[in-house]
Amino acid sequence: MSNKVIHALYNDDDVLMDAVKATRKAHHHIEEVYTPFPVHGLDKAMGLAPTRIAICAFLYGLTGLSFATWLLNNIMISDWPQDIGGKPSFSYIQNMPAFVPVMFEETVFFAAHLMVITFYMRSKLWPFKKAENPDVRTTDDHFLMEVAVNNNESELTSFLQSTGAVEVKVVEKH
Amino acid sequence: MYTLSSKIKTIALTLMVLGLLGIAYGFFSAPKNTEDVEKILAADSHGGGHHETAATNEATEEHHEVAPVAHAEESHAVEAGKDSTAVVAQGLDSVVTHVEEAHASVEKSAHETSEAKGHDVAEHDAHAEHKEHVEHVFHQLQNKPWAALYVGALFIFLISLGVLAFYAIQWAAQAGWSPALFRVMEAITAYLVPGGIIIFVLLVLSGVQMNHLFIWMDPAVAAEDHLIQGKSGFLNVPFYLIRAAVFLGGWILYRTYTRKNSIALDETHDLSYYKKNFKASAGFLAFFLVSESIMSWDWVMSVDPHWYSTLFGWYVFASFFVSGITTIALITLYLKSQGYLEFINNSHFHDLAKFMFGISVFWTYLWFSQFMLMWYSNIPEEVTYFKMRIEHYNLPFFGMVIMNFVFPILILINTDFKRVPWIITMAGIIILSGHYLDFHNMIYPATVGDQWFIGVAELGSVAFFAGLFIYVVFSALTKAPLLAKGNPLIEESKHFHY
Repeated sequence: MSNKVIHALYNDDDVLMDAVKATRKAHHHIEEVYTPFPVHGLDKAMGLAPTRIAICAFLYGLTGLSFATWLLNNIMISDWPQDIGGKPSFSYIQNMPAFVPVMFEETVFFAAHLMVITFYMRSKLWPFKKAENPDVRTTDDHFLMEVAVNNNESELTSFLQSTGAVEVKVVEKH
Repeated sequence: MYTLSSKIKTIALTLMVLGLLGIAYGFFSAPKNTEDVEKILAADSHGGGHHETAATNEATEEHHEVAPVAHAEESHAVEAGKDSTAVVAQGLDSVVTHVEEAHASVEKSAHETSEAKGHDVAEHDAHAEHKEHVEHVFHQLQNKPWAALYVGALFIFLISLGVLAFYAIQWAAQAGWSPALFRVMEAITAYLVPGGIIIFVLLVLSGVQMNHLFIWMDPAVAAEDHLIQGKSGFLNVPFYLIRAAVFLGGWILYRTYTRKNSIALDETHDLSYYKKNFKASAGFLAFFLVSESIMSWDWVMSVDPHWYSTLFGWYVFASFFVSGITTIALITLYLKSQGYLEFINNSHFHDLAKFMFGISVFWTYLWFSQFMLMWYSNIPEEVTYFKMRIEHYNLPFFGMVIMNFVFPILILINTDFKRVPWIITMAGIIILSGHYLDFHNMIYPATVGDQWFIGVAELGSVAFFAGLFIYVVFSALTKAPLLAKGNPLIEESKHFHY
């Protein structure tokens, strides 16, 4: 079976939003939308599930906090509890205020970096990755909606043309 | 237009009456003389076995052993350290606590002489020591109803001051989301006038020696205290009251002026009023920054005239600022639930909750910075402040960190939760209680010492001022339409969506 998709290009984000809504209403499956900048509300219009990256970040932060606590307790209290300038190293809680700056920074460090790495992995971004934009104009001033074709090519083409597309083309996808 | 419901009126009046009864009870139950204190101390010590007054040497000895336990902050600890193992653990710490109270220096010199003298004299001195101790506790207990009144008045007043600062920031920043809330904020700041008058009266009463909240105001104490003498150029009653009057006057002036312009803007749609308010707000914020800082030294820090902290002004500000924002959220939620604010949506609450969350963290940052810097360097004249609080106010001192930081950060971090009315309400009540505790912890240790308790007098005071606050705020709400329709940003604000 050939794997055909239709690329509909728009030159305005408001037109794009209306087109996305109309396409969803007509029950055509939107494979992907390419835009040069974030279009506010596009994810909602497309019906994308909300991101869970904030939850990840929270958990990473807890990991960082635990790591810092373990690290400081191990070094400063368990392993070699020296008297450094009279700071009480008998138990963790006694010297806790001195550890808070490190605990805080570790929390932020883990939360931020692991979240960014998660983002890269989930969005499949890395150096030397082959760019995936189907039309170079989508990084500049055009918006592209990719819709799956299921033996309804002519009907879909005319439908997309009616949504205000400046260009509609059928593409063979591998 | 909002109409004052009879339910709100009843609640406010009930709170005020109950609060007045509580305040009166506080003053009534305070000891009148040192004999009352002897009785209280005897009842406090276990099993009532030490009910005698210090008539015989034996009795004196007994009292001595009890005293350090009940009042460890007192200088007895040093003396007792010679024979009592319990106090050894406190060791240096109790020396440090000496600096805490203004009286302490006097007592310490008494100690040193007693140590130099022989055993007989020491026993005799112990008797004098006990008398001094009773005297000290007497002053603390006499301060207690005043401190309760002062903390309640100050806390509720500062809530409306916090809202005023927030209001000015919204004007100066030309915020697009908040004009729909301006009338609520203006109503809350209506409490500035009665609240400010009450605060001023309380300060005047302190100035004329009706109480000992501000120990530097007592000429007898100041005469023996070099540190207070050194600060008398700033800490003297006339200048103090003038400063208070200027600050209160400035805040009330700004509030009255912007409110008038805001109403005029509604009626005329003349944008010159908008510009006037914008300029007034920018000017007010500059004035506020200075006056708030000095206010916090005067009204809060000067109860501990031996202690100082450079970031104290910010710390106090963060505390009442977050309380103010929380109050805006709570009152807005209430009005919304009664169907008065149809133009307020979830996004407004979301923004308020974000402010509650963010400023709570900001408060914690300042609290911790102040605490950690002093804990770390451990300089005796600074660290006594926290030593005292950790020893005698352990639960409120650390409890408020849980209430003001841990709880909000865990609850309000979630975006969805920030839009749920009952969660905001719950978080708001915890935050307000936590910041009441914060002010309690700032005032009580220096004025009441280890004799603190959150009882009838304290709750009564909060109830009275909360009742007055509710009455004033909801009456002010009836005086203008709830939507500031003349504001050029109001359309944006009505359709604010996050």
